Amino acid sequence: MPITIKEVREIAQLARIAIDDKDIPSYEDQLNKILTLVDEMKAAETEGIIPLAHPLEESQKLRDDQVSEKNQRESYQSIAPITESGLYLVPQVIE
Amino acid sequence: MNLPNSVTEIIHGLENGTFSSRELTKAYLNRIDNLDPKINSFITVCHDQALQDAENADRRRATGTANKLTGVPYGNKDIFCTKGIRTTCGSKMLDTFISPYDATIVERLSSQGMVMLGKTNMDEFAMGSSNETSFYGRVNNPWNIDCVPGGSSGGSAAAVSAGFAPVATGSDTGGSIRQPAAFCGISGLKPTYGRVSRYGMIAFASSLDQAGPMGRSVEDLAHMLEPMAGYDPRDSTSSIVTTEDYSRDLEHTLEGKRIGLPKEYFATSLDYQIESVIEAAIKEFEQLGADVVEISIPTTPLSIPAYYVISSAECSSNLSRYDGVRYGHRCELPSNINDMYDRTRGEGFGEEVKRRLLTGTYVLSSGYYDAYYRKAQQIRRLIKNDFSKAFKHVDAVVSPTTPTTAFEAGKHLNSPVNMYLGDCFTVASNLAGLPALSIPVGFADGMPVGLQLVSSYFKESTLLTFGHMFQKATDWHLHFSQDNLKEAQ
Repeated sequence: MPITIKEVREIAQLARIAIDDKDIPSYEDQLNKILTLVDEMKAAETEGIIPLAHPLEESQKLRDDQVSEKNQRESYQSIAPITESGLYLVPQVIE
Repeated sequence: MNLPNSVTEIIHGLENGTFSSRELTKAYLNRIDNLDPKINSFITVCHDQALQDAENADRRRATGTANKLTGVPYGNKDIFCTKGIRTTCGSKMLDTFISPYDATIVERLSSQGMVMLGKTNMDEFAMGSSNETSFYGRVNNPWNIDCVPGGSSGGSAAAVSAGFAPVATGSDTGGSIRQPAAFCGISGLKPTYGRVSRYGMIAFASSLDQAGPMGRSVEDLAHMLEPMAGYDPRDSTSSIVTTEDYSRDLEHTLEGKRIGLPKEYFATSLDYQIESVIEAAIKEFEQLGADVVEISIPTTPLSIPAYYVISSAECSSNLSRYDGVRYGHRCELPSNINDMYDRTRGEGFGEEVKRRLLTGTYVLSSGYYDAYYRKAQQIRRLIKNDFSKAFKHVDAVVSPTTPTTAFEAGKHLNSPVNMYLGDCFTVASNLAGLPALSIPVGFADGMPVGLQLVSSYFKESTLLTFGHMFQKATDWHLHFSQDNLKEAQ
């Protein structure tokens, strides 16, 4: 079933991307073409196949629980849009 | 000075004192300054830093503390974080981003004493096959500037091809090293997933992304892979399998080696000129002693759909970090936090990136997960199984790298699906995590044709041997687009 204009708006909201109204129809058209391509997967018989999330299937390596990074807050915050007293500033979240 | 044609030549020149790293670096920087305005392969050129690093390299050589690659210049794809030097990933989102740390491979190449000439252009966040999605403008193919260089490592490929750098780094999520290497007539290796650390390489699709070397010859790739490869405790997915001495093991007879030709790859409507170039290359391998057998990879038609589900899903998750809070672009005067997220991302990302983020968000959304993401992961296992079966019988699977040569700029810009279909031969090795090499094997209508070899896990040496022995017997890798540029001057 093709994606509708309404769904494109909902997906854009989920993805947190502002899209101009005038651009929505072109995204709708292209997403539908991409999904038509993707729907070719339906032809594959995958009953009982265990999904493969990662090519190597190695388990995560563990290390000793020791501090490995030094505190670089100042350096990291020097590239932030706005900081104050060591805090990242964002618009007010709680009224 | 006349620029050398290979890293091997540079190593000898530096060892024998024929030229210094400073002279060499200056010559490359001059060439970039004079000719790159036609190609646009660099986003940032590091004139001062490069000359300083070259002088340090010359000092190391004078005091007897040089390594093999000390003083060898390289281009670095702008996806690898460089401390103190802007890293943009081809995006407006990171236009002003200066990383506080170096990527592991940058650290390793600079500890060898290699000299970074600059940061090369790329498709935005590595999403693209034409280098047309870069915020910094498209890159032109040095063989024909009306054509694309391929992508996403299009800047690295064009720079090496045009003689702006002897070698360069690249990253490959679905063909982003091999496809531009093929389009620009150079060699490129995507190593096994986990062979090269991803630490400090800006993430696109984390279960597919892999860094690798790009250069004119396979021998040059081997030189560059040595310091790049190996376990890194800072990348939990990097492998502990021991590395090999890649340049030492290049010379090896192909007698008795087996090459598999997947019948599905050759059944597609392949351009007849490309087909005949590939057939001639396969005959060359036979003359070198290899046996050629037909094999089957039945899942071939499923690779592209599964790839675009998995890569889009992973990027929609990875790129959620660009929120305007800690670094990168932030919109002006947000009215509230959601407005800040929405407009920051709406303004900071280009069209192709947004398209993939929307696709990824959709396939992961409630109610669609099983039909898309889970299904794609099941297909991913089938693809891996197909290759595992093939490698019981053959040492390498061979195909064209791409179904066409470099196409004209703008051709697929309004039809992303057509662009995606061009990845049909490359994405399977990313899904399966296998190493894959592209080498130049001829021309069709004056544009380079690449041949791809895929081998089993951690068999980079096998691929490099195949490529090197082919290049010893042929001269396709010695056709340089830089000669075209000279004529155009």
